[in-house]
Amino acid sequence: MIQLKGIHRTFQVGDQEVHALNEINLNVSPGEYLSIMGPSGSGKSTLLNLLGLLDRPTSGTYLLNNQDVTVLSDFEQAKTRRNKIGFVFQFFQLLPRLTAQENVELPMMLDGIAPNERSQRATEVLDAMGLSDRRHHRPDQLSGGQRQRVAIARATIMEPAILLADEPTGNLDSKSGLDVIKILEQLNNKGLTLIIVTHDPEIGVRAKRHIHMIDGKIVESRTDTIAETKDSLPS
Amino acid sequence: MLTRDFIHLASSSILSQRLRASLTILGIAIGIMAVVLLTSIGEGIHRFVLSEFTQFGSSIIGINPGKATTHGTSVGIFGTERPLTIDDAEALRRIPYTLSVVSLVQGNAEVEADKRQRRTTVYGVSPDFPAAFSLEVGIGKFLPKDNPQAPRAFAVLGSKLRSELFGSENPLGKKIRIGGARYRVIGSMESKGQVLGFDLDDTIYIPTNRALEMFNRDSLMEIDLVYEEGAPEKEVVEHIKRILQARHGREDFTITTQQQMLDVLGSVLNVLTFSVAALGSISLLVGGVGIFSIMTIAVQERTPEVGLLGALGAQRKQILGLFLSEAVILAAIGGLAGLVLGIGGAQLLHLLIPALPVHTPWSYVLLAEAIAVILGLVAGVMPAMRAARMDPVEALRSE
Repeated sequence: MIQLKGIHRTFQVGDQEVHALNEINLNVSPGEYLSIMGPSGSGKSTLLNLLGLLDRPTSGTYLLNNQDVTVLSDFEQAKTRRNKIGFVFQFFQLLPRLTAQENVELPMMLDGIAPNERSQRATEVLDAMGLSDRRHHRPDQLSGGQRQRVAIARATIMEPAILLADEPTGNLDSKSGLDVIKILEQLNNKGLTLIIVTHDPEIGVRAKRHIHMIDGKIVESRTDTIAETKDSLPS
Repeated sequence: MLTRDFIHLASSSILSQRLRASLTILGIAIGIMAVVLLTSIGEGIHRFVLSEFTQFGSSIIGINPGKATTHGTSVGIFGTERPLTIDDAEALRRIPYTLSVVSLVQGNAEVEADKRQRRTTVYGVSPDFPAAFSLEVGIGKFLPKDNPQAPRAFAVLGSKLRSELFGSENPLGKKIRIGGARYRVIGSMESKGQVLGFDLDDTIYIPTNRALEMFNRDSLMEIDLVYEEGAPEKEVVEHIKRILQARHGREDFTITTQQQMLDVLGSVLNVLTFSVAALGSISLLVGGVGIFSIMTIAVQERTPEVGLLGALGAQRKQILGLFLSEAVILAAIGGLAGLVLGIGGAQLLHLLIPALPVHTPWSYVLLAEAIAVILGLVAGVMPAMRAARMDPVEALRSE
């Protein structure tokens, strides 16, 4: 599903050239559960942005469903993001002036879906997240865990193939962090490809496959078969 | 994306910053109010002046001695221009469509009644004068149709002169002296009031020929020709030219049609209206700067939102549209508020100062609102473009 070949990404910082990604080769199959770990500045967020079509590689090819997406126009890329990719962020990124339901409806608004259908779909997804009674609350009236669940509802409302989570538990206490991870894993069990970026090893090892990055390179890629039944998440 | 969602999202962010939005709206409202108020006054004065001018009807042609299109001064007795005479006026009666021809001489003279006397404006006019200028005779009659070269010594009083000279007494049949000559009063006019500063009631009307003698002139000051409403003005003017040229041998007179006068007056008054509108626009411009700065701040503050919208798959056009809608909504609300304030202010002003005419044409109202909306677009386009051009990765990171 995802095929990265010889991906490089360099940034110009002052007169220095920073090699954020250096010769990345990665294949991800549909329904995989993947964690990307590594210290700050190792390039894991850059990799995630690239996978989410928010950024373009300096060189290399990125095939998504056998289509080279690096050559797509801005317009096509935005459409692909809207329909194929969901994002979950560390700081939730909910619009503070909209209710939980309106936040969830936002991607559907951008897609021009009619209000009736929107409201029905948003209600279903929020119900599934256990937020039925929080639909008309604004983000500042919700707890951190609830906010992240609203954000996950928003990321999955368009039924994307891939969910990209950038430190999804980074701003949560361990209990709500574990809840969020479990929700993400449930979605993965239903066939959603899940890629989590984290610097927390306890979360990273829960994935069936982990990737370690240092200085823009993948230094270790391991597939784990016994990590499935872990239930506790020591902080 | 649906239009209603643009409006919903834009208005939700306006509502989340109520104080800031109100101040921005106020800026536009004051600008639109100034424009509407000033143009209402300008347009009111415009209409007032025009109605003063057209109350005598708009199918009047004035003929004055001398050719005004050449710029030279008359050189007294050496001048070759021939005066306009009563015969000229009589000759013009033949022209088709002509309703009445008034020969006119004006001057000042002492009027003496039994006990009182008063210095007043004397008009030497032909008998069609009231019909031509839609004036009403109050009591008695106007000057009779005598032989224009030898009219009888009759006089008709303006209403103010009548009360000054005779009080509540009946003036009909009374003998008076005008500039030393004897006249008999045969009528008195209805009150007309002031027209463009001239008091038409403090006057006395006598036959033209007698006025020429009184003022020792041989030329009329003006001939006014009234033609049928809707008749071809050009044709009438051509006729006048042909007849007078035949009589004078040259074009030594000036024809001014009411329409020409109205055109000149109208263009002068338009300049007036537009210059007050321009003054008002200065404050509107300030309001536009207000929208520009508030939108610039909003885009800055909501950079993460722009990043998020990008991640959710918003097109650049949609992001542009969202911020632009906000600016336009602010401007449109400000415009509406300004219209209410402006029209209300104009009416209030009219109540306080009834003499000041105000008028707010609907076309100006729509134009003002359109200008407000366009101003919102113009002021919002730069900040909105900045938002649309943002790199979503950078924007998301900026929190």
